[in-house]
Amino acid sequence: MEYRLASSKGHAEHHNPGPINQLGFWLFLISDCLLFASIFACYAILNTHTDGGQGAKELFDVPIFVTETFLLLTSSFTSGLAMLALQKGKKAALLNWLVITAILGAGFIGLEVSEFANLVADGATISRSAFLTSFFTLVGTHGCHVTFGLIWMITLMVQIKKRGINAKTTNKVGLFSLYWHFLDAIWIFIFSVVYLMGVM
Amino acid sequence: MAENANAPAHFFITGDPLIYGADVAIVLCVLGIVFALTKLKKWKWLWTEWLTSVDHKKIGIMYFIASILMLFRGGVDALLMRIQLSVPNNHFLESEHYNQIFTTHGTIMILFVAMPLIFAFFNVAVPLQIGARDVAYPFLNAVSFWMFFFGALLFNLSFVIGGSPDAGWTSYPPLSGLEFDQGPGENFYLMGLSISGIGSLATGINFIVTIFKMRAPGMRLMDMPLFTWSVLASCLTILIAFPVLTVALALLAVDRLMGGHFFTMLHGGNPMMFINLFWMWGHPEVYIAVLPAFGIFSEVVSVFSRKKIFGYKSMVFSMILISIASYFTWAHHFFTMGAGADVNAFFAISTMAIGIPTGVKIFNWLFTMFRGRIELTQTMLWTVGFILCFVVAGATGVMLAVAPADYQYHNSYFLVAHFHQALIGGAVFGLFAGMYYWFPKMFGVILSERLGKWAFWLWNIGFYVCFMPQYALGFMGMTRRVYTYSPEMGWGNLNMVSTVGGFLMGIGFLFQGAQLVMAIIKPQRDLTGDPWNGHTLEWSIPSPAPLYNFAVLPEVKGRDAWLTEKKEMKKGSSKKKTLLVEDIHMPKNTGIPFVMAFFFFVAGFGLTMTYWWMGVVGLLGIVACLIARSNTSYEAEYWIPAQEVIDTEKQLRKGGSGDGVQTRIV
Amino acid sequence: MSNHGHDPARVHAHGSTGQYVTGYLISLVLTIIPLLFVLTHSLSRTGLVVTIMVTAVLQFFVQLFLFMHIRQKQDGGPHWHGMGMVLGVVIALTIVGGSIWVMSFNEQVQ
Repeated sequence: MEYRLASSKGHAEHHNPGPINQLGFWLFLISDCLLFASIFACYAILNTHTDGGQGAKELFDVPIFVTETFLLLTSSFTSGLAMLALQKGKKAALLNWLVITAILGAGFIGLEVSEFANLVADGATISRSAFLTSFFTLVGTHGCHVTFGLIWMITLMVQIKKRGINAKTTNKVGLFSLYWHFLDAIWIFIFSVVYLMGVM
Repeated sequence: MAENANAPAHFFITGDPLIYGADVAIVLCVLGIVFALTKLKKWKWLWTEWLTSVDHKKIGIMYFIASILMLFRGGVDALLMRIQLSVPNNHFLESEHYNQIFTTHGTIMILFVAMPLIFAFFNVAVPLQIGARDVAYPFLNAVSFWMFFFGALLFNLSFVIGGSPDAGWTSYPPLSGLEFDQGPGENFYLMGLSISGIGSLATGINFIVTIFKMRAPGMRLMDMPLFTWSVLASCLTILIAFPVLTVALALLAVDRLMGGHFFTMLHGGNPMMFINLFWMWGHPEVYIAVLPAFGIFSEVVSVFSRKKIFGYKSMVFSMILISIASYFTWAHHFFTMGAGADVNAFFAISTMAIGIPTGVKIFNWLFTMFRGRIELTQTMLWTVGFILCFVVAGATGVMLAVAPADYQYHNSYFLVAHFHQALIGGAVFGLFAGMYYWFPKMFGVILSERLGKWAFWLWNIGFYVCFMPQYALGFMGMTRRVYTYSPEMGWGNLNMVSTVGGFLMGIGFLFQGAQLVMAIIKPQRDLTGDPWNGHTLEWSIPSPAPLYNFAVLPEVKGRDAWLTEKKEMKKGSSKKKTLLVEDIHMPKNTGIPFVMAFFFFVAGFGLTMTYWWMGVVGLLGIVACLIARSNTSYEAEYWIPAQEVIDTEKQLRKGGSGDGVQTRIV
Repeated sequence: MSNHGHDPARVHAHGSTGQYVTGYLISLVLTIIPLLFVLTHSLSRTGLVVTIMVTAVLQFFVQLFLFMHIRQKQDGGPHWHGMGMVLGVVIALTIVGGSIWVMSFNEQVQ
């Protein structure tokens, strides 16, 4: 066996990190899915444990959580449109759709914060009952994920503005859009199990 | 309200002479290290070569060193407990101190010894075995290590600041809740484990992707070495188990820090829910630690029996089956909760069923040794010792799985003896075997056989002397976590025997320490890169491996790639094989993982002590690091010129390769 | 690494405006259906729970298939993330269902 210097100069081993990053990110999403499943399990066990206090039916405000749902669903759609703009190489359209997605996401967070503030003002605090502890934790964990997504989105917008659309930014926006759709998928279950079943 | 309850009575722990002694030792050690680094002008070297490294081999070595240090601390805890229990009515330790020590012993041994040691071997061996230049995400790999490091540091800090956790390694509420455990000790447990747990999850994802996507050209899944398979199985279990631990710890933290009522006795909380979640992680965790050990034994048995492994496919199948099935047995840890006959029956049967694939593996190892040319090196000794030990652990495990009988054994010393036998006999013996097997690849030095055999026999005899009496003590009614007992119980003699066994293992550890010292002062160098006549690709390159691992990525045609290659080269020595060296693409070193994990530490410490401002500072630091990483990721790689690779290979292959195979570098 | 030097943008080259619009419209419908049933109380309790869960699962699939393009393979290899998601769903159901099953003793106690 012998080692010899390759005659042709150049980097033959161009590897594209895209697929590798995608698989890792899917695995992260699966683990995040299990994280939410564990909190859902707690909510399922504890949602009737109101300790004589107010339950879901008395506390949840239908117009607020319905608006939240439509905001997040629409932002999931607009982040998809951002992906389409990315594939067509349209930087301005990409940035615009991302801005719209971020505004919708921020609106969702704003509503959620005001919802929480109203609950606390009514005396329905995290310490009131096991039901409320699990409610605030489950919905709050999702809210933290959305907030993190907003920070991520702003970072990406700055980078795209500066560097344009290239292999790396394409990869990053792709992962971000997976994350954002995933958060909507989780919200569907919060909407259904926590809110709809709560008020039915 | 919560703030006052969590605030420690004294910032520094005072009053106990043992702790004062340890404090002095810690301060002297730290001063010694700082002095030595300054004197030898090694600070820059430490930063550029180690703290900022993203090289999987260096990260593996750092995991290894950290876990050996933690093994020392966990071992000292164990011996302190054994001294306390050696005679009736002993007052060597007070009950409070004893509670802290059994808590830190368990937590450290599982999370800060077993986990980093398996990660050490993941890092050292997997990329080399599959013919890769690095792991899939080198940056994330460094993040994982530093998260583990700072998590462990935070946990150990409780020894001097605020007080150690004392609710057991399982930290069951309501005992670990705020009503019964005010001090910050329990918060150290929650934050330390959460931080290192995130690192473990990231490692799991990293290695799954590495194994799926980074294999050398031609290596199919069914061509992979069995250790790599075991890492895949273990990582799969990490992926599905660790999120649940994160949640269990986070929810208990919500209870303790934010006044929540998940697991409290008031306002509708349900403490058993924590226990349910904890074991949903806790049982798979045992397999996370033991599966890589199975992989190590599979490598060692075949190399030192000079045979290919018997039943490769059944080995793979049984490992994957164990990794998934381990998720369906968690309730056997709390049969006595009274969930009802159907729940207990299901979990009893699923627990026993796991014994089947494990049994398949035991027979495969035995059949591999059958009619092999066995070399009883120290590596092989640990493997043979393991088989016997683990069979007994499995048998007592099935005894415990019988739900009605478990009402008798539950939380007795029978259980203590069982899980020590599974974890020492299974995981620890396996990881020691791995240490002797891969030490030459990590450091280029072979560990002394003579000292190693002393260590093996002391450990192995010490193990049985220590734990066999504990099975009997369990039957005699001695329960776990009692800090002393009266002479009338009649447990004194057996406890004394057990303590002697514990010290035998401690002496065995000293022999291993001597091996490491000898490796530094009188190293027996491995110049061939293939000291054991190995079968897999990590032995095809020099020891220690160069930065880029493989000058040219190997072409793999089947299982045991290096063995096949060696045979071919011997046969057709006339037919020269020429490999063309090209420029190599590598990740740059970066300090961000270290800094980010440090901010996690700051945030964790802030939350632990309920210094909210510090928690916020830590959190902002973490976000800043993430943004910094995102902005710098565009220039995170560089190329090593082909000429430099050729020069390095010339330097490293001076001694020739193993088994008479010569490599020429032109 | 079989796809050397191939256009990075093609990695995500999936989905079309039509697909996203369809997905969005289906999601809207699947959100409104259970909402209307719940607000009008036009079904029994069991009926409502079934409707809510069925529409939720359908909407989850819309996100997975039409928005996240889970069927899209990234390169030549096997469909790892699809298999991973199946395992993830099985484990998620185990966590929720298993916990409820194991912990339901508590309802009798309380």
